[in-house]
Order: sequence, then structure tokens, then C-alpha cells
Amino acid sequence: MSSDVSSLVTLAQTEPVFPEIQWAALSPTLIVLGAATLGILVEAFVPRRARYATQLVLSVLALAAAFSAVIVLAVGDYGTSEALIAGAGAIAVDGPALFLQGVLALVALVSVFLFAERRLDPAEHGRPVDSFAAQPAALPGGPAEQQAVRAGWMTTDVFPLLLFATGGMMIFPAANDLLVLFIALEVLSLPLYMLCALARRRRLLSQEAAVKYFLLGAFASAFLLFGIALLYGYAGSLGYARIAAVIGGTPPELDPALAATMGNDALLLIGGAMVLMGLLFKVGAVPFHMWTPDVYQGAPTPVTGFMAAATKVAAFGALLRLLYVVLPGLRWDWEPVLWGVAILSMVAGAVIAITQTDVKRLLAYSSIAHSGFILAGVIAVSPDGVSSALFYLAAYSFVTLGAFAVVTLVRDPQGEATHLSKWAGLGRRSPLLAGVFALFLLAFAGIPLTSGFAGKFAVFRAAADAGAMGLVVVGVAASAIAAFFYVRVIVLMFFSDPQPGGPSVVIPSPLTVSVVGLAAVVTLVLGIAPQYFLDLAGQAGVFVQQAAATAR
Amino acid sequence: MSPENYLYLSALLFTIGACGVLIRRNAIVVFMCIELMLNAANLALVAFSRMHGNLDGQIAAFFVMVVAAAEVVVGLAIIVMLYRSRHSASVDDASLMKL
Repeated sequence: MSSDVSSLVTLAQTEPVFPEIQWAALSPTLIVLGAATLGILVEAFVPRRARYATQLVLSVLALAAAFSAVIVLAVGDYGTSEALIAGAGAIAVDGPALFLQGVLALVALVSVFLFAERRLDPAEHGRPVDSFAAQPAALPGGPAEQQAVRAGWMTTDVFPLLLFATGGMMIFPAANDLLVLFIALEVLSLPLYMLCALARRRRLLSQEAAVKYFLLGAFASAFLLFGIALLYGYAGSLGYARIAAVIGGTPPELDPALAATMGNDALLLIGGAMVLMGLLFKVGAVPFHMWTPDVYQGAPTPVTGFMAAATKVAAFGALLRLLYVVLPGLRWDWEPVLWGVAILSMVAGAVIAITQTDVKRLLAYSSIAHSGFILAGVIAVSPDGVSSALFYLAAYSFVTLGAFAVVTLVRDPQGEATHLSKWAGLGRRSPLLAGVFALFLLAFAGIPLTSGFAGKFAVFRAAADAGAMGLVVVGVAASAIAAFFYVRVIVLMFFSDPQPGGPSVVIPSPLTVSVVGLAAVVTLVLGIAPQYFLDLAGQAGVFVQQAAATAR
Repeated sequence: MSPENYLYLSALLFTIGACGVLIRRNAIVVFMCIELMLNAANLALVAFSRMHGNLDGQIAAFFVMVVAAAEVVVGLAIIVMLYRSRHSASVDDASLMKL
């Protein structure tokens, strides 16, 4: 009788054990996620008229504070000698994580300006409008939507959504545990799916983009999750350090179950491949790139800019950590696969981009090609490889953001004029804007004195030093192909006659001007004097790893 | 019953889900197939958890359930929105952006 009862209760521990969580080391992410939660409350309690200003100020303050927190941590040597694993083994605070978190906070901060721009469309019913639908749930063009437009409603939820996505992205490259990796992936993806559907103009395209992104994204994350389950089965733990130790054949303690699963390489290989697949999807590398052009084209352009810049940074961070910290023991297995993926991405991205007639699709294929270039740095498996990939990501994200910011400004009565034929002769009508766009295109192409050149040079040098000459040759060839279509757009803008009835360039508010200006300045500074930033990335290029014996 | 059988079942469920995603046309059904894949992963996590005698996998399964619920909220909202503006939830019909 007594044994029956005692099986229903459990003994309380006399001394409760609390996990030690280093709040200060986690502060950048916590600030962003806290502000996002606050933003949801603002939506609920602040009167509609005051919401836009409140959300804008809140988002800017939060991201600026997060960036300062990253700087404080980096100055406190958390990136180098003080690197640690915070939150009971869940999150790494080290050089690559801090570097990418800093880049992400800046990119998100600049994206907030793009989101907040309200002078592109003519004011409707006397109220300025932004790029997002007045009432996203209403039928496009239906009475409910017209009513919402008349009432001057705005979807100010986009700011907290952006903050949530940024929070997820900041955890993603720092995740030191497969479960945290999965949660971060979802926290960054779910707000992006929604943001994609919110365009004010061309709602059908926007909704289609959201459905495609959502279904394919969820499909890819299911693969990632099953891969996580298999890796857990192999190693008996979700922690990176423990899995790495088991793969290396030196688990801290061995029980019969672990001995049985450790011998099963199928679990390890299939699991690792599926996790890689999920990450390569987020990166947008061939053959997991199918969503990229459609989603980039259909999503509201500010969202596209944010997504293109920030998702790539976060996903490459997670990929680097997974390959370098968890799967170094599998290097001979994943290296040839990534060789193939990198070559396919570079060549397919560059070749298909030639045939594109839409600026946003063109930039999408160019982003696929750039994934391939960054992968070349990832494959190098050397400190130079990590730092060159980090530098490339920082440079690329600002160029992308600037390019999409320019795309928002070229408009005709139907909204943004994204068809390339409409861009003919733009350089004669607005030389300044066309000049800045040409600068971004040259940076994409990797012409010297732009950040793109410094990035490509660093990545290819790292790959060549690591003996991947084949990859470098293909990369240079793909760059040459890519340069062709970038230059073609420049020629189109400056050396062909403007069409009658072509688009006009709207005069934006200081918000977008500052985005374009900042992106141009970063592009030039990283191109002309890259050494300081290369050194910074070099210092940040060491991953922290927990001693396997102390890992759960 | 040995835990391996649960793993075979979970691999089977995952494959059924993946095939469903690729074959079916209705966005809702595609989405249900994705949920099936997530549940297959859950089953594998719990089975492995039992094999290894630690609770990490079971905790992960709880997190996955929460994530799946959040995904349903977002996914159904997007799919319903698409349905209302097109009167069709077919994945093949959503092809405005084909070149």
C-alpha cells in the first residue's frame, strides 16, 4: 500500500538547484526580445494615433541599446579571452556570436527606418501611408480595406514583428544547443512569414510570397528538426559540446545505450545532413534556393531588404558554428557536399540572374550567388575562413539593404517600378540615385574600392590558402558572369534613352535617405580601408567550445 | 517492445509527411503533412530519450509542440488570407510570379 502511494509522489530536493544564467552576457538578445514584447503591449494599449511614433522610438531605442550592449561585451573581451557559454550551456557568447549580433542589430536598426518611411506613396485621405497594408486581414480592394484606408489605420505591428525576428536572428548564430537552434530558427522565421504578406500594393503577390515562404520554410524546418532528433539519438544529448565529443569518439561517460547508438553512423550522417539542409535553406543556397526569387519579389521591399540582409547573416552564423563546433569530426564527409553546394550556388545564381527582367528577382538570384561565395570561405575551415566569412556578411548586408532601399524609391503610379525596362535612362533623370545604385551593383560585382571586392578577396584568399583552388577558380568565373549583368543594369541606367511614361524617383523622408547614405558610406569605407574591419573580424573569428566533461 | 520499432514508425511517418508535402495540392493538406513530419520528429525524440535514459528529448518534444502550435497560428492565418482573396487554397494556383 505504502509503495503504491510513494510511487505517486517524488521527493523534494532539499537544496533546489538553479541554473546559473549570465544575464549580462545575454543582454543584447534580451533587450531586443523585451522591446518586442513591449511593442505588442503598445499595440494593445496605446491609442492608434500615437502608435506609429511610439513603436518607432521604442524599436530604435531597443536596437541601439542592443548594439551598445554588444559593444560593451566586446570591449569587455567577451569576444576573445572571456568567451563563455551562458544560460546553462545553451548560448555561446564568443567572437563570432558578438560580431554577428552587432551586425544584426545595426541592420535591423537601419531596416526600422525603411519600415517607417511614409513619404513614398501619395497620402491617402490626408494621411501619410507606409509600405504596409492598412488592414492586412481584409480582402484586397474590399469594403473593409477601403474603410480601414479611409480611417487611416496602419499596421504598426510590423515593428514588434521585426524585433522578434531580430531577436531570433541574434540567438541563431549563438545557439550552443540543438534545441535552442530550432527555437531560434522558428522565432526568426514566423515573424518573417507574416511580414511578407503585408504589402500595401500588389497584395496578391505579397500573399503568394508569404504562402510559398511559409510552406517551404516549415518543410525545411521539419527536416532540420528530424535531423536534430537523429543527432540526439546518436549522441544522447542536444548540447553541441557533448555531440562533438561523441562524434570525436571521446564521450565523458559511456553507458550501454550510448555505446550502441555511437556505433550507428547512419544516425550521425543522416542527422547531420538533414540539419545542414535546414540551414542551407535559410541561407538560400542551391539546391535549396527555390523560394528566394518569389519571396524576394513578392514581399514588401523594406521587408525584402531586411530579410535578404539579416537572415543570411544569422543563418551563416549558425552554419559556421554547427560545422566548426559540432561536426568538425565529420569534415571529410561534409566538405565535398558543401563544395558542390557552393559551386552550384555560384554558377546557377550568376547564370540565371542574366535572364531576369525584374530588379527584385535579379537581386534575389545575385543573393544566391553570394551565398555560394560565402560558402567558399566557410569551407576553408581555418581562422581566416571564419573571419573572411564574417567580414563578407557584414559588407554584403549593408550593400543589400542599400540596394533594396533604392528599389523602393523608383516608382510609377502602380507602385514600385521593378521591371528592368522601366529603369532605362534613370541615370539621366536622377543621376544621384542611379549613381548610388551603380555603386551598390559594383559592390555586388566585387569591383575594387567597394566592400564587395574586399569581401570576395578575403573569402577567396582563405579558400585558396586552404587548398580549395578549384572553388576559387569557379568563384572567379562566376563573379565574371555576375559582373556582366550588374554592368548591364548600369549601362541600361546611364546609356539608354528614358522611356516616355517611365517611373519617377520620389523624394523620400530623411529616414530612407539616411539608409541609402549609410549603406553607401559603409560600402565605400569597407572598400577603401577594409583593414581595420578585417582585423576586427579576425579577432572575432574564434568559436568558444565547452569542455565536454562539464557539458550535459 | 523495443524502442527501435518506434524509430521505424517515426521514419515512416516522416516519409509519408514529406511525400504528402510534395504531392498534395491543397495548402491546408500540405500544411497538415508538415505537422505530421514535426510529430514524427517528436516521436523519434521521445523514443531516443527512452533509449538513452535522459529527459532531454522529452523536453525538446514539449518545445516542438509549442512551436508547432505557433506555426499553426501563423500558417493558417496566411493560408486563410490567400483563400479569401483567391477562393482557392490550391498551391498550384498561386503562380503569379512564374517567369
